[in-house]
Amino acid sequence: MPYLELQHLHKEFGDFTAIQEIDVALEPGEFLSLLGPSGCGKTTALRIVAGFERPTSGRIVVEGKDLTHVAPNHRDMGMVFQAYSLFPNMNAQDNVEFGLRVRRRPPGERKRKVAELIELVGLSAAAKRYPHQLSGGMQQRVALARALAIEPRVLLLDEPLSALDALVRVQLREEIRRLQTQLAITTLYVTHDQEEALSISDRVAVLNQGSIEQIGVPAEIYNEPNTPFVAEFIGTMNRLEATVTDGGEVDFHGTRLRVDNARRHQSGERVLVLVRPETLAVEQSGNGGGLGGEVVAHIFLGATTRVKIDAAGQELSADIPSTRAASLPVGARVSATFPAESARVLALEEKPASPATAPADR
Amino acid sequence: MRGMPRSGWFWLVVGGLYFFVPLAATAEFSLKEGDAYSFGPYKEIFNDPQFRDTFFLSLKLAVATIIVSLLLFIPTVYWVHLRLPRLRTAVQFLSALPFVVPPIVLIVGLLYVYNYQWVPSSYLGSPYYLVPGYVVLSFPFMFFALDNAFRAIDVHTLTEASQSLGAGWSRTLWRVILPNISAGAIAGAFLTFALVMGEFTMASLALFNTFPTYINYIGQTKANPAAALTIISFGITWLALLGILMVGRRPGRGAVQVGGAR
Repeated sequence: MPYLELQHLHKEFGDFTAIQEIDVALEPGEFLSLLGPSGCGKTTALRIVAGFERPTSGRIVVEGKDLTHVAPNHRDMGMVFQAYSLFPNMNAQDNVEFGLRVRRRPPGERKRKVAELIELVGLSAAAKRYPHQLSGGMQQRVALARALAIEPRVLLLDEPLSALDALVRVQLREEIRRLQTQLAITTLYVTHDQEEALSISDRVAVLNQGSIEQIGVPAEIYNEPNTPFVAEFIGTMNRLEATVTDGGEVDFHGTRLRVDNARRHQSGERVLVLVRPETLAVEQSGNGGGLGGEVVAHIFLGATTRVKIDAAGQELSADIPSTRAASLPVGARVSATFPAESARVLALEEKPASPATAPADR
Repeated sequence: MRGMPRSGWFWLVVGGLYFFVPLAATAEFSLKEGDAYSFGPYKEIFNDPQFRDTFFLSLKLAVATIIVSLLLFIPTVYWVHLRLPRLRTAVQFLSALPFVVPPIVLIVGLLYVYNYQWVPSSYLGSPYYLVPGYVVLSFPFMFFALDNAFRAIDVHTLTEASQSLGAGWSRTLWRVILPNISAGAIAGAFLTFALVMGEFTMASLALFNTFPTYINYIGQTKANPAAALTIISFGITWLALLGILMVGRRPGRGAVQVGGAR
């Protein structure tokens, strides 16, 4: 039985529809991320779960109980905000203790619980410090401990890492995941960072213009995007507009490419062939086959180098080991190939009713 | 002060003289009794029972005004920041009205309001009669002090964090919001204090003997004690301003310093 349910949520602010429809259920202890660009409705959905907004229609159900009209202070949901949420007049441990004081827990129990949580987030040495004496990462740890102290039914995180440095961000997200798994707490996480969502979640729901485009485990979202929007939003994707010929081949500006997934489409159909940069192999020309083009730029990424190729007006990105990049200098004529089974194929003519084809507001 | 041009120093000195010369002259005059210097005029003031009566009356009025305006304006400004940010400009405009509308108009308006039946006559005879007028006069000072304090904190996030932890409105206001805007509230209180201790027009028109009307009376009757009184009154204002400065500088509680990413 699902633990937390967002049932047919719909939200309008005046003329603006923030959430078209979100309908999703979380199993007990599940970590679900709502991922999408700004304005996709993910934060609104989280705020509805927390009780800070009322849905125009739809319900929030926890353990079978309808909480839609329960005030936020009676929902028992721990929330971690983007930043600036610690009470500046209280030190770290008083912040953590706040929720326990509200619940009138006896002093002994409060003290024990606070010490335990401060320890859990690794801040024992800074327990007496005030928020302005803590770094951004430490502040978010305190915020996390404070949210967990009340033993919430659900943990809600609203882009808790977006204000932090890259290094702290990675460190803290691993820690959030560790704590969440350890405490087996059902968690709803909102982020616009696809890498973050994929690395931390049990399941990811990709949101676009107030609707869920696709929901699934991270590998599924990455490898099998169902819509062009998801394909674009998750990682980098080469998009080739091609025509299905027959026998698992497509025609791209006169070049025949073998694509296994094209078999599911009718001959003559216009399709979008999606190829990940890391699956694209690049060779000096003359080795035959594939997409011919010219190297126009190198982007050094560390272990790999992203080689930008102009193939008949179409820009392609290929990630190749940096050690090989020197053999493909800018201006070199190259041919790019990809394994026939690796490419994803989506019908190009989407139904006009679907908002999926609209460009993302990034 | 390093790097200030010579003309800067010149104007500073001119401004300082403009400020200090009359003050020094008044102080000098307040210490004169005939041709000799003495504290006589001060003694005369402090021994005058009217001084004590009017001073403590104004003190009581100041405290009452501060209490009423804090109770009225803290929740108002909080709510405007939290839920009605679009009204902020309107409230800001309203708060400037007491600068535009002269107190004489205000007191006439107040007298008009007090004509209604529902106002108990015992209240009309008491000097607390002036408090509503003073609250109106204190509005701009209170509003700007509180508005600044509220702008320095993240009202939304703090409120929502408090609520998500289970706190209701009163606890949120009392434990979370108030301690973080206290510097602004105290600054507003000191300004209001200075205002009430110096307000003459309304008290005089409503025929109450407050501290400022007493200053006026002495000023018209006794020369040297009047100067002494001026210095005393000036000292009170300065203490209030000093209080604001002290509160503004106090580190830790009340001082608003929050950092997200650093």
